[in-house]
Amino acid sequence: MAEPPILDVKGLSVSFPGPQGVVRAVRNMGFALGREKLGIVGESGSGKSMTGRAILKLTPPSAVVEAERLRFRDIDLLAADERAMRNIRGDRIGMILQDPKYALNPVQTVGRQISEAFRIHRRAGGREARERTLAMLDAVRIRNPARVFDLYPHEVSGGMGQRIMIAMMLIPEPDLLIADEPTSALDVTVRLSVLRILDELVSARGLGLIFISHDLNLVATFCDRVLIMYAGRVVESLPAAELPRATHPYTRGLLESLPRPDRPRPVLPVLTRDPAWLDA
Amino acid sequence: MSDIAARGGVRTWLLAESVTSPAQARAQKFYLGWRRFASNPLALIGLGIVVVLILMAIFAPLLATHDPYAQSLDRRLLAPSAAHWLGTDELGRDIFSRIIYGSRITLMIVLLVALIAAPLGLLIGTVAGYVGGWTDVALMRTTDVFLSFPGLILALAFVAALGSGLENAIIAIALTAWPPIARLARAETLTVRRADYIAAVRLAGASPLRIIIRHVMPICIPSVIIRITLNMAGIILTAAGLGFLGLGAQPPSPEWGAMLSTGRQYMLGSWWLAAMPGLAILIVSLGFNLLGDALRDVLDPRG
Repeated sequence: MAEPPILDVKGLSVSFPGPQGVVRAVRNMGFALGREKLGIVGESGSGKSMTGRAILKLTPPSAVVEAERLRFRDIDLLAADERAMRNIRGDRIGMILQDPKYALNPVQTVGRQISEAFRIHRRAGGREARERTLAMLDAVRIRNPARVFDLYPHEVSGGMGQRIMIAMMLIPEPDLLIADEPTSALDVTVRLSVLRILDELVSARGLGLIFISHDLNLVATFCDRVLIMYAGRVVESLPAAELPRATHPYTRGLLESLPRPDRPRPVLPVLTRDPAWLDA
Repeated sequence: MSDIAARGGVRTWLLAESVTSPAQARAQKFYLGWRRFASNPLALIGLGIVVVLILMAIFAPLLATHDPYAQSLDRRLLAPSAAHWLGTDELGRDIFSRIIYGSRITLMIVLLVALIAAPLGLLIGTVAGYVGGWTDVALMRTTDVFLSFPGLILALAFVAALGSGLENAIIAIALTAWPPIARLARAETLTVRRADYIAAVRLAGASPLRIIIRHVMPICIPSVIIRITLNMAGIILTAAGLGFLGLGAQPPSPEWGAMLSTGRQYMLGSWWLAAMPGLAILIVSLGFNLLGDALRDVLDPRG
């Protein structure tokens, strides 16, 4: 990589001390991210989302976050206090949540929410914010932005909601976008169009993207590089194009257990877990 | 609108199954809510009483037949008649006119108390609920201290400390009216603070103050409005109670509680002195209670 990475993570751990011992949600996670699309794949509870939240330091209060290195550009996120983090969140690092139905405030119009995301970080008048919002809505391919501006979240469809969410997170022009299963709540038909918009905007603006998903095929086609997580650890990291040639037994198992329309099988294999993966 | 009228008027437009514009959908929702409200006769009675009270307060100079402060000792303690519809009091003042003017005082107390108590309770409740931890404990235990006294007793204590008078009575009642609202706002806040859209604005870098004011408070406002409407009857009764005890509005102001209090001394000979302001208090608090109940039924999505 010629230029220094946007995000540099080394030895990141997130653990939850509880009455029955410490639950370690993320263990010794490390990666460096440039202007690329990085996919993080894993089962539920493998620590994908917690990694994303730890980068923004928005883990639940009971979580203990430790890392050897957590650098975003030239900022040491480990040393940043809450005030510094607020300036980073949204402005430098944005995060798209899973379900637009819940991620948009039901009592505020769509336009107001997007312009608020802009005005938190920029000293902008109402008119400028409105114009930027309309331009942003147009950029996420919403026809008739002026009408959508005044709609409430319950009046827009799921795909439209997720595009609004993308608009809300991209309007302060961050350097890094974390998308936490951005298409899991959408219909298959809308999924691709939302992904295409996301892809175009990320490429055009030269952002780094962390794409958290449990959909192996989707990540393989959409991302440049894939991290496979199991029980809080990265078990394998490889370019997306080489995913079919993955070597780790867990990745192989995941790939095997995908149903394939071109090769029907009477019984779909079930993943057998090897306790050695936890530490290997 | 002309083609709407051609197809059967506004009613059809309001009940049409297929909606052609967001404005129509909103109008329909409002209309259906109104129908639900109007189908309850008690709700209409409550609304009617409150509307009459407001009109009475606005048009008091036009409605009053006499000057509410004009005394004439030769016409004292007259029974209700054509000249004095509700009779006269011990100083010969027309009770009907005094009740009309008293509606202004009652309405002012209710509005000012609501304007002080609702924002105060909303602020304390949402901050306690959103921030949590020790802030929550400190604010809520303070609230509990206020809640542990009966409203009138607490108001009495405040008035005793502040000195009697209408303004102090309003402050005292407001200080007793905010705790239930704070409780309610805190409960509402707890249900939304973990919501994804709050997480989303945190992800966008919003400060806690901004989140509380712009995202949490708007969610709590509907239930706070209903709660304060239901509390209005209590506010009126507390105000009348303070007036009755001589700690609220001072004579010669035509406050209903104070009128009731002086009327008490003449009750055996001239019943109307106490009965008329008493009836006014009864009817108005009934009206606010009925209205509050009905609003809750209409606006509660679970209902």
